[in-house]
Amino acid sequence: MAVKTNQADISPEELQRLTTEANQEAAPSSTRILWNEFKADRPALISLIIVVGFILFVMIAPIFINSEKMMTTNIMAYLTPPMEDHFLLGADANGRSIALQLIVGSRNSIGIAIGLTLISSTFGIAWGLISGYFGGYIDWGMQRVYDFMMMLPMTMMIIVLVTIIHDYNSISLTFIFSIFYWMGTSRLIRSRTLAETKKDYVAASITSGTGSWKIIFKEIMPNISSLIIVDTTLSFAENIGVETGLSYLGFGLPPQTPSLGTLIANANDPNNITQYWWTWLPAAIEIIILCLAISYIGQVVSRAANASQRRAEK
Amino acid sequence: MWKTILRRVLIMIPEIILLSILVFLLAKAMPGDPFTGSINPRSSAAQIEHLKQINGLYDPWYQQYWNWVVHLFHGDLGQSYQYHEAVSNLIGDRAVNTLWLSAFTMVLTYMLALPLGLYAGKHEGRLPDTVIRIYTYVTYCIPFFVILVIGLWIFGYVFNWFPTTGSVSPTAHGMGVLSSRLEHILLPGLLGALFGTVNIVQYMRSEVIDAKHSDYVRTARSKGVPNKDIYKHHIFRNSLLPIAAFGGYSITGLLNGSIFTETIFSYPGMGMLFIDSINYRDYTVITALVLMFGILNLLGTLLSDIILGIVDPRIRID
Repeated sequence: MAVKTNQADISPEELQRLTTEANQEAAPSSTRILWNEFKADRPALISLIIVVGFILFVMIAPIFINSEKMMTTNIMAYLTPPMEDHFLLGADANGRSIALQLIVGSRNSIGIAIGLTLISSTFGIAWGLISGYFGGYIDWGMQRVYDFMMMLPMTMMIIVLVTIIHDYNSISLTFIFSIFYWMGTSRLIRSRTLAETKKDYVAASITSGTGSWKIIFKEIMPNISSLIIVDTTLSFAENIGVETGLSYLGFGLPPQTPSLGTLIANANDPNNITQYWWTWLPAAIEIIILCLAISYIGQVVSRAANASQRRAEK
Repeated sequence: MWKTILRRVLIMIPEIILLSILVFLLAKAMPGDPFTGSINPRSSAAQIEHLKQINGLYDPWYQQYWNWVVHLFHGDLGQSYQYHEAVSNLIGDRAVNTLWLSAFTMVLTYMLALPLGLYAGKHEGRLPDTVIRIYTYVTYCIPFFVILVIGLWIFGYVFNWFPTTGSVSPTAHGMGVLSSRLEHILLPGLLGALFGTVNIVQYMRSEVIDAKHSDYVRTARSKGVPNKDIYKHHIFRNSLLPIAAFGGYSITGLLNGSIFTETIFSYPGMGMLFIDSINYRDYTVITALVLMFGILNLLGTLLSDIILGIVDPRIRID
């Protein structure tokens, strides 16, 4: 026979002891796990510090840079090599400092990548959750929209839209990109949601009358949060390539707005690519290092999300 | 299976119609009109107005759309204003170049990715697996266009090993045409393969790991088949078809990548034609190319889905 206990039967000391014990037994929070994982992997911690520090630096430093002055043509400084005449990384064919353009360009490129990641991931996650949870006709319809979007040649569509709109800034550009970059996330989230929806806790929640939206966003979403974090980190690394790639082709940020892509586009001039390497190579190297560091962080995050692969001690 | 394929094709039809409407409306929204290129300085405003009238530019959009579709079905994609040539001829020439480059890249990618995937799966969790995972990870993360620019710089300009522009050198003839073509696609193809293996390697690896623990492999092992033969004749053979199915999905990636590859290497294929047409505002070419790329994406996915459906009945759509 089960003994019915209620709170009054337990002494305060006992309650205290039980709570501490329960807390010790409980699985650590995901932030805790993440932090432990980074502490256990020194290179990952270093890349995290470098990436975060670098992003903070390029977000703050441009405030002190007079971008109008930076972008004015200075014919006297035409293609100055690095380390000469106060040009740390030299100057381009218009005599503009590469180092300053690199800082402002990084701010623009990283800013767009962050915006794009936030918008497209939020949309993709919501899409995948709703599609996977409701199933049936809703899922079918949403999957057809997904199929249609997957059919569109993305790069071409963005270029066409940018040509039509013509008068755009970095914010509208971020939105245009976001239209075409949510599908990968939505597919991933949907398949996990499908599996999650079949679990008992969801069934229990439905029987006890919890609303669908509450189940989706308060119960299922926290349970797949590790997947979401991993996917978002990796999307961020990928999204840096999206804006820079299109700016490189000349259909992202306009040429007078520095971006890592427009800086690499200096390489389109055969003279630049062969003799004046400093006009484009620093931006290319920066993108490579940044993407590698972010994806390395992503790898640690995905290890933290998978209990069997963690390196940190429990 | 036939029912699945039929259903899959039926779903495609509304998608293509929707795409054609979208492409048509986008073309309408672009600045300028189809006569921007063909008028000469002496044509008066009234003449242009007349031209617009007889060509139906003042009809409601669905009427214009219908006319466009009817022309499309007669194989008439319109005239290019920049090149003064039928769009179908223009694209035909460029498509051959893109096909060469894409097919070459794909063959190299498979040649590189299959052994790597097999090897990684065989040594699951050990050093080779880790090394291969790091390699695929690194190549996947770096934006492809940056690699192309750096590759062009190092191997095209600094070492001068490869040509940096064009598809076939104009002086080549006879067998020289083929070798010149190969010379031009070698560098972009190699870079594309080296940096495009991630999906196939990962898929192959998981196929091998699945197969390693399956019953037929255990049976073969207990019959005393040597380990080498198990991998060569049993596991590899069985993984080939699903891996081949991946080819269809790669089309999307190759087409999207062709815009970058062809622009950077000044390779006269469809991707470069697209960028040129955008710069010249050559609308008929743009619409034809977007429509074509969309349909190719769709066909690639269809192909992959059908092959995968044959291999693995669980994933057929109902």
